[in-house]
Amino acid sequence: MSSYVGDAAKAPKFQTAAKALVQNTQLRHNVKRATGVIRNKRAKVVDEMPDWEQLRDSGHEIKQHVMRHLDFYLEQFETNCKAAGGTVHWARDADEANSIIVGLVKAQQAKEVIKVKTMTSDEVRLNGALENAGITPYETDLADLIVQLGEDKPSHIVVPALHRNRMEIRQIFLDKMNLSELGDQPEDLAAAARNYLREKFLRVPVAISGANFAVADTGSVCVVESEGNGRMCVSLPRVLISLVGIEKIIPSFQDLEVFLQTLPRSATGERMNPYNSIWTGVTPDDGPQEFHVVLLDNGRTKVLADREARETLDCIRCGACLNACPVYRQTGGHAYGSMYGGPIGAILTPQLQSMEHSQTLPYASSLCGACYEVCPVKINIPEILVHLRGKVVERGDAPFEEKMAMKAAAWTLESPEHLEMARKLGRIAQRPFVDKGVISHLPFGLDAWTRTRDLPAMPAESFREWWLKREKETGV
Amino acid sequence: MRISLFITCYNDTFFPQTGKAVVSVLEELGHSVEFRPAQTCCGQMHYNTGYQQEALPMMRHFLEVFRDAEVICIPSSSCVAMIRDHYPKMAAASGDAAQKLAVKDTLPRIFEFTELLVDHLGVTDVGAFFPHSVALHPSCHSLRSLKLGDRPARLLNSVRGLTLVELEQSEECCGFGGTFAIKNADVSTAMLSDKVRCLLNSGAEICAAVDNSCLMHIGGALSRQRTGMRVLHLAEILASRNKQGAME
Repeated sequence: MSSYVGDAAKAPKFQTAAKALVQNTQLRHNVKRATGVIRNKRAKVVDEMPDWEQLRDSGHEIKQHVMRHLDFYLEQFETNCKAAGGTVHWARDADEANSIIVGLVKAQQAKEVIKVKTMTSDEVRLNGALENAGITPYETDLADLIVQLGEDKPSHIVVPALHRNRMEIRQIFLDKMNLSELGDQPEDLAAAARNYLREKFLRVPVAISGANFAVADTGSVCVVESEGNGRMCVSLPRVLISLVGIEKIIPSFQDLEVFLQTLPRSATGERMNPYNSIWTGVTPDDGPQEFHVVLLDNGRTKVLADREARETLDCIRCGACLNACPVYRQTGGHAYGSMYGGPIGAILTPQLQSMEHSQTLPYASSLCGACYEVCPVKINIPEILVHLRGKVVERGDAPFEEKMAMKAAAWTLESPEHLEMARKLGRIAQRPFVDKGVISHLPFGLDAWTRTRDLPAMPAESFREWWLKREKETGV
Repeated sequence: MRISLFITCYNDTFFPQTGKAVVSVLEELGHSVEFRPAQTCCGQMHYNTGYQQEALPMMRHFLEVFRDAEVICIPSSSCVAMIRDHYPKMAAASGDAAQKLAVKDTLPRIFEFTELLVDHLGVTDVGAFFPHSVALHPSCHSLRSLKLGDRPARLLNSVRGLTLVELEQSEECCGFGGTFAIKNADVSTAMLSDKVRCLLNSGAEICAAVDNSCLMHIGGALSRQRTGMRVLHLAEILASRNKQGAME
């Protein structure tokens, strides 16, 4: 068994990656600008919904229900998808998913595949597996294409090239599409991408997609998008393979009513996605004539087993929590070392790896709660972050200095006597560092604070001391 | 009314003036304040950093100390959030029925300082005089956990001489986040820079909040950068009086 999440196991600590990223002025400017635009659009179209809170509740309830009965709905989906002419494959982990998909592509004797909207394929490192088998994958979602051509990594769940601005994208296209000239207007860039992609849509016989939803009672798969490139992928090629995380199941077609309202508004600030593709198995002489669904576990059932954190699987990948997150907005997604960045990534990535890697991610949050506030399925991300921090500590994986400091603090806070003793010691210890009531440098790990911030000196008299003195004086 | 003050460990240690201000405001309103010297800490830092086992004895201690207190006033929204949001779960997980009961019994008696004034005592004008311009930083816990809404602003708006100025992007976190400020110092500082920029743009003399933890963070940058702006807990503003006795 090998459950991995892209290259997350080898990624540097969040704080190490973030340190370099917060100094990248262009990236910070791009990320702040783009997230700001989406946030404002989202706020506008959410505010106009009188039943937004009910929709959030419904989404939450539907997802919670699915997670409790996932075994049932998965089998129901399999039965209905098969009945409609689809083939269903089960992949326990990333390697299994890759070998199934590579096998399917090879069976077509195809040397190329077109891909759309499948973050899960990044999770299992599908492109690498395809390339190793001599198959060339082409990303067709515009942002994914920018990332692929730029030999870059996605930095946002919905807008993978969010960290790039127009000028940078123009340069990537110029370099990689062998163009001699290219304008810098959005239309110029879209036209260049269209030329590059159209030819592939018409030529390549196999497409690989992800899924936003897999509907159990009809066996349908749903992909929503803005560009129409997804529609081309799921309708033009002869063979379509959809890689679907098992958490994408929803019970009934009617449940789409909730999610097709909350997802576009949360994700891109649109009332409705421009393209909503829903297909059921195979339709003779129309669209792909061979349809495969690969249902992927890759650590998801382990997440499901943890009652406190199970909600993580409710995520519909709208990215609203990323745009709302003040941490993400400073670093962009690359700091998270995973295709799943931001607050949801901080809880999903480590759990998919059984908490063995990415252990700094649950700490990559000030617990401000902005993510929970915007989540369209009400995942209590701050609570889960704290729960996962508890797991890191429980495993004994917290840094040594932190463990010592927490032990000392726990002793100090055990009783007022200990607290008083620690204060007396602290007042003596701080003496060499205090200047006019302010501390501007501290030694050891504490300089992490004083490098950029002053600290008030501990006053000579605590509140407790003042109170006890007052009590004595007034005899109250 | 007899109001029991849970000063919180860091206010006790670093910001005794906030505690004195709370006492002064409540006594001025005709209430009697008690301070139970056995109190220590709510356990927030340990709990949020992942040391949930270590936070458990602190919860037990808190519940024991305030078992028979009529009303508990806490001048820190993050400590209130710790108690309200996490104690029920901690008690349930401990499997101790008595603890569960104690939490259930204690929660309705807990009030953050501005909740106590506005909701429980029905006061927005405490008779304060403070001739300065103030920007209010609505701390994350006060905003999203306690949902204090306009309570702090209503209290400040009733202060004579005070000008409450608008703060852009006021709902953004200042980047403190407890141990986050140390563990992720670079990102924390980047967030703080945004907050400071908005504060300076506001033109206020003072940044006020209901949490000294955020204010220690914001104040740390304001002081380091020699901005000439300072921070003040809302209680200290409400406790300031016109020494001459004449209002307006």
